[in-house]
Amino acid sequence: MRMLTAALIVTIVSFAGSIDRTDAQETPGKENAGQEVDFNRDVRPILSDACFTCHGPDSGHREADLRLDQQDGLFRSLDGTTVVDPASPQNSELLKRIMSHDADVIMPPPGSVRKLTDVEKATIERWIQQGAKWKGHWAYIIAEKPTVPQSESDAAANVIDRFVSKGLSTRQLAPLGSADPATLVRRLCFDLTGLPPTPQQVASFTAAPTQENWQLLIEELLASQRYAERMTAFWLDLVRYADTNGIHGDNHREVWMYRDWVIDAFHRNMPFDQFTVEQLAGDLLPDATDSQKIASGYNRLLMTTREGGAQAKEYLAKYSADRVRNASTVWLGASMGCCECHDHKFDPYSIQDFYQFAAFFADIQDVPVGVQPSVKMPSPEQKQQLSELDGKLAELQKRLDTQTPELDAALETWASELHERSQKMQGAWHVPKVVDMKSSGSQTMKLQKNGAVITSGDNPKHDTYRLSIAPPAGPVTAIRLETLANNKFARKSLSRPPGNGNFVLSQVNVFHVVDADKTQHAVAIKDAVASYEQPSWPVANALDGKPDTGWAVDGHNDPLKQPVAAFRFVEAVNLAEGDRLIVELQQTSVDFHNIGQFRLATTQLDSPELNDTSLGVPAELLASISAWPNLPDGDREKLAAHFRTVTPALEDVRQQHASTTKARAKLDGQIPETLITRTQPPREIRVLARGDWMDDSGTLVEPAVPHFMTQLATKQRASRLELANWLVADTNPVVARVFVNRLWQMMFGRGIVKSADDFGSQGSWPTHPELLDWLSVEFRESGWNVQHIIKLIASSDTYRRSSVATPELMEADPFNNWLARQSRFRLDAEFIRDNALAVSGLLVEKVGGKSVKPYQPAGYWDHLNFPKRTWQADSGDDQYRRGLYTYWCRTFLHPAMRSFDAPSREECAVDRPRSNNSLQALVLLNDPSFVEAARNLATLALQSGGETADQRIEFLYQRCLSRAPRENEVAVLKQLLADQAKQFQAAPEQMDQFLSVGQSVPTSEFDKTDVAAWTAVSRVILNLHEVITRS
Amino acid sequence: MNRTDMQNQLNQLIAASRRRTFLRQSSAGIGVGVLAALFGNQSDAAASGANAGGTADADRWQGIVQPLHFPVKAKRVIHLCMAGGPSHLETLDYKPKLAEMDGKPIPESFTKGKPIAQLQNAKELKCLGPQHPFEKYGQSGQQICSLFPNIGSIADDICIVNSLQTQAINHDPAHTFMNTGSSIPGRPSMGSWINYGLGCETDDLPGYVVLTSLGRFGQAQPIAARQWHSGFLPSRFQGVEFRSTGDAVLYVKNPAGINRSQQKQVVDSINQLNRLEADLTLDPEIATRIGAYETAFRMQNSVPELMDMSQEPQHVLDMYGTKGADGSFSANCLLARRLVERGVRFVQLYHRAWDHHGGVKKAMEGTAGEVDQGAAALIKDLKQRDMLKDTLVIWGGEFGRTPMAQGSGRDHHIRGFSCWMAGGGIKGGITHGATDELGYEAVEDIFHVHDFHATLLHLMGVDHTKLTFKFQGRNYRLTDVAGHVVDKILA
Repeated sequence: MRMLTAALIVTIVSFAGSIDRTDAQETPGKENAGQEVDFNRDVRPILSDACFTCHGPDSGHREADLRLDQQDGLFRSLDGTTVVDPASPQNSELLKRIMSHDADVIMPPPGSVRKLTDVEKATIERWIQQGAKWKGHWAYIIAEKPTVPQSESDAAANVIDRFVSKGLSTRQLAPLGSADPATLVRRLCFDLTGLPPTPQQVASFTAAPTQENWQLLIEELLASQRYAERMTAFWLDLVRYADTNGIHGDNHREVWMYRDWVIDAFHRNMPFDQFTVEQLAGDLLPDATDSQKIASGYNRLLMTTREGGAQAKEYLAKYSADRVRNASTVWLGASMGCCECHDHKFDPYSIQDFYQFAAFFADIQDVPVGVQPSVKMPSPEQKQQLSELDGKLAELQKRLDTQTPELDAALETWASELHERSQKMQGAWHVPKVVDMKSSGSQTMKLQKNGAVITSGDNPKHDTYRLSIAPPAGPVTAIRLETLANNKFARKSLSRPPGNGNFVLSQVNVFHVVDADKTQHAVAIKDAVASYEQPSWPVANALDGKPDTGWAVDGHNDPLKQPVAAFRFVEAVNLAEGDRLIVELQQTSVDFHNIGQFRLATTQLDSPELNDTSLGVPAELLASISAWPNLPDGDREKLAAHFRTVTPALEDVRQQHASTTKARAKLDGQIPETLITRTQPPREIRVLARGDWMDDSGTLVEPAVPHFMTQLATKQRASRLELANWLVADTNPVVARVFVNRLWQMMFGRGIVKSADDFGSQGSWPTHPELLDWLSVEFRESGWNVQHIIKLIASSDTYRRSSVATPELMEADPFNNWLARQSRFRLDAEFIRDNALAVSGLLVEKVGGKSVKPYQPAGYWDHLNFPKRTWQADSGDDQYRRGLYTYWCRTFLHPAMRSFDAPSREECAVDRPRSNNSLQALVLLNDPSFVEAARNLATLALQSGGETADQRIEFLYQRCLSRAPRENEVAVLKQLLADQAKQFQAAPEQMDQFLSVGQSVPTSEFDKTDVAAWTAVSRVILNLHEVITRS
Repeated sequence: MNRTDMQNQLNQLIAASRRRTFLRQSSAGIGVGVLAALFGNQSDAAASGANAGGTADADRWQGIVQPLHFPVKAKRVIHLCMAGGPSHLETLDYKPKLAEMDGKPIPESFTKGKPIAQLQNAKELKCLGPQHPFEKYGQSGQQICSLFPNIGSIADDICIVNSLQTQAINHDPAHTFMNTGSSIPGRPSMGSWINYGLGCETDDLPGYVVLTSLGRFGQAQPIAARQWHSGFLPSRFQGVEFRSTGDAVLYVKNPAGINRSQQKQVVDSINQLNRLEADLTLDPEIATRIGAYETAFRMQNSVPELMDMSQEPQHVLDMYGTKGADGSFSANCLLARRLVERGVRFVQLYHRAWDHHGGVKKAMEGTAGEVDQGAAALIKDLKQRDMLKDTLVIWGGEFGRTPMAQGSGRDHHIRGFSCWMAGGGIKGGITHGATDELGYEAVEDIFHVHDFHATLLHLMGVDHTKLTFKFQGRNYRLTDVAGHVVDKILA
């Protein structure tokens, strides 16, 4: 069998030469021998593929100065030789050459990979014989609305059907009838929303499958957010939207607001011309709104690098080329990327066109190598809230700044009291002589002139300072610890690196050393006060005996604070002459949080203030306190200003101010950021020969549209806005065709032009050129109304045909070019999981927001670096969002999505492949997302699916396939149900493991074996080809 | 539409689905009667692949190049990808003159107008002499750095190439260029091209497998999955990573608590129901899907069996210098042998270790120790199993490193660097090409990455100009528009 297969492939490939054009057209060389040859449809593709490489647009490789891609060249007459001469076909040099058997004459020359087949030769010959009618490449000719064919059978037939009927009747193909109503509902829901219909939607349409209800269903779906999400998934592939920058470290970036803008645009059915302009040039619109700026994020979606050693100039050239590749593929269906190095081989785009196109984007600010800064974009509500909070803050601040008569009176009292205290408390604290000091962590401790101790050397994780001090004889009631900042410390604050500027004092112990008998007695400490306490780190912690708690002071946040603490003794210690106090300061709580510099003092007062000199007021005000009440006005005002920050009379206002400030900061933190386009004076753009960024010899260029299309009228340098307007102008022949073709592709599985990414001469010829033109003009005339075109297509009989091919149709039209039937194709990657979540009831339909992370195998991100990252699966609702919102990591795209052909979004992806392979089977069988969905589905069946196995299977089929199961299907599943139940019963522990896959909590209302066995049944159903296929 | 397009249409069709699908779809062109006679009708064909673990060739891809253009020298490839860019000057390219110039400025004539990476900001470019001595090894007397005595012991089996050139100077695009022939992402990797062109020789494993290990002595530069991606080729041709921790292949393990017999029932039921559907719809994709589930189920068995090295005799483990599946480069070399033994066409081992911007002397010592034994053991092991003759082994990185110092290290370098190749059709015991006296620019028998690809395909029996795939209007090749087969290194 295997050998046969190989042999057959050979046979078929060798047959290929004579089959010719199975893809798009019937064979002109065979059954259509009598039909007129169409240059564009039949001849240009041959010339393009076989001749243009040497006789085409690329001036760098043109032979004999002859180009066959242009009318002039093709009909050139030089020195008595005419290339194509319809008046005398046999004398046409082209014909002579291709028909020749002489190695010196024949074209393509011997040795060419590409040869002409007999059919191709005959086609060219017939074309010349028929008069050699020439036309420019179809896609570059401005479409006119063709006459709609008359419908013989049904006068009311939809325009699309009339064009399609014409093609079918020409070929004597009979179209299939409509698919059954349930299939239609499924088809429409998957095409327009990417989600399955609800059983209710199916039931209500199947009950009355009328034309009117069909229209209503279309309207209902188009109005849903689901539609906007589905369209967005399609658009994001084109514009290569992703959550990471794609190169080297593939770092995170914030640009999901752009994605949400697209959702909103589709939801509002924004006209496609506006949709185009806002993305390419929203920032350049007069009085650009935030929304338009967010749309301009389109220009920032490309891959960028942060890799050290990357050269700015090289990467700017890469970014420039990337933007041309993308915009030209998205809007023009062109492969302009080829022209980065040379003129296009097949299409009229030149290398000059490429760089002129690039010049449109030269005003975009890029960081060539590094982080692309995003911009905060508050929503209208957030803006409103911000302005309210700012207003409130201003008002509160004003109150804090205003000195009222009441405050004046209070100031009098306050200042007088302080004045009195300042008089009394002179010298309350005494800085004693330090006679010994030790650091258990081997820091060097140095005593300074002012009595402060400073540390140096390696800062250990933990340390205990032990200081012996000699206060004067007499009572000591308390000790005081001043902590002192230093410029050399971390953050110029209170501790040394590798500390962060903050410190912790874990425990304070004091001992009395009696000189007379050399005994040592612990001094009991009653309480402590501090000038500042970090939340959760009060100074009382320094007395609790616990090694991991302590007093800390936010030293890493506020380097200017120099907090002071006092520790009062239970009773005064009476020191005799020669007695010492040993003060032990322990730090065992947080690594490297050792106090860097400090000073100790003692007092004899019963209720000492923390600081005799400061009195709780800033140092510069001390003089005013001393001089009170005889102050100059200026000093009085300064004192009053300080007073207002401490007076209880304003405490309420201050608290309001603080909480409002906090609220504002919180709000500010919630405001999302996104990449938008910001402009700069345009960079110099040169033609880079062979794309070599190091070559500065090319000519400088200004922005311009491709030379062979309608040119811009502007005199001054053209902008992106002009480019965008040019794309959607009536004079642009391609853009509308390209877009309606993609809508068609979405609803039939392939476009009228199959090569949806290439409308050039190497692209596929449209199967229904008139229909494509009609739709494209209709699209423009409808005001670029996307939903209008979708409605037209969905309303057609052609769209609603059955997709179950008959053997006759398979033979007569194997590729379904003529649309006698609908297509069947696998759902896109995102929709496969969306579908499972939807039918199992797990789907959380929240629109927009940050990208989310469903389950992903552990370690999948191991190869990422700078920085290393791990994928943290989201919990709660975000675990069950649509695939559209899954975090799109370009270098390591979620593996389940990747298996189902989701593109990495490094480049524009117009046409996702639809592969069918074993890795996909592994995903559907084993990915916890699908196992969890199966369990949930099983639970639903047990809850609402009736009592018998038959009823439940019916329930599952209706939910997942919108149809009743057939008898033989029921038999298979019932057998499985029984077998699995037996196995689960035999292994209860394994069953428990199976039932706890995923984050959602399994229900306990049913027998575990039932849930497990029905989960097995549900797994089978979720894996069915039919479930992941849109038919 | 024309012949090439038609061919490509067929290519895509064949690639996108299994052969029955393809035959069905193209049946209009060649007469459905003949095919029906040969293959029977669709449902029979589907039924023939019915039972999981049954007919082996159900899902196997046969390759698009039929027949091959040249006699086959290499049936399979093992690419030891030394990621990060190993210094050619401390591995395979002996430069005594550079030693003399150590510490002296490099003459501007060498560097002017050439691309440069991190050294772009350096004030002065100075030579850094080779940090380790070279020795002559084998009968051939090939010069190899003394850090690689085991590779020295296979000197007569390997062809050293000292004249490689590439186009991209940063890791990510350079890997992409080495793998796909372009630094613009989106093109298929060479492993994908080869599987697309030649087909698969196993039904139980993917045709293209990637293994990775992490070194301890250099910067662990990230590696993107695009390096083994199939680009515009269908995703069945992408490289599949086999991991040393977690599930060896993503999703290969049954859901928690499910045993093999339960899984088999599930897979069998899926396929039974799919077959019922196939009978009703004439949808050829269903047959493909059935085959895919059969293969998937087999992989669930074959992958763990493959990864389990407990059956390898001790002397083999000792030869490689590994205790078993420990995720090391040596263990991966042994796994690579097990993979090719089982019919895997292309195996790529990434050792992320060689980005030695600083401390190249010590780092080379460490990294050489990580790969020397395993790589040499692989060659010896293949040889003793008589597999080296048709297995091509390649050892090399995405670029080399500058003869100029970057502190105590070397920067990225693309104008001249080295690799070695052995086995399938390669002439052993020779050194091909040379750089200038300072190891800067390849000057003799320049061996561009495109030439490497052309030669690789040639050894596998494929003309690199004829293995094409049409994408966006153009016939793409692994070698883009360049590439020459380098006859001098062929046996």
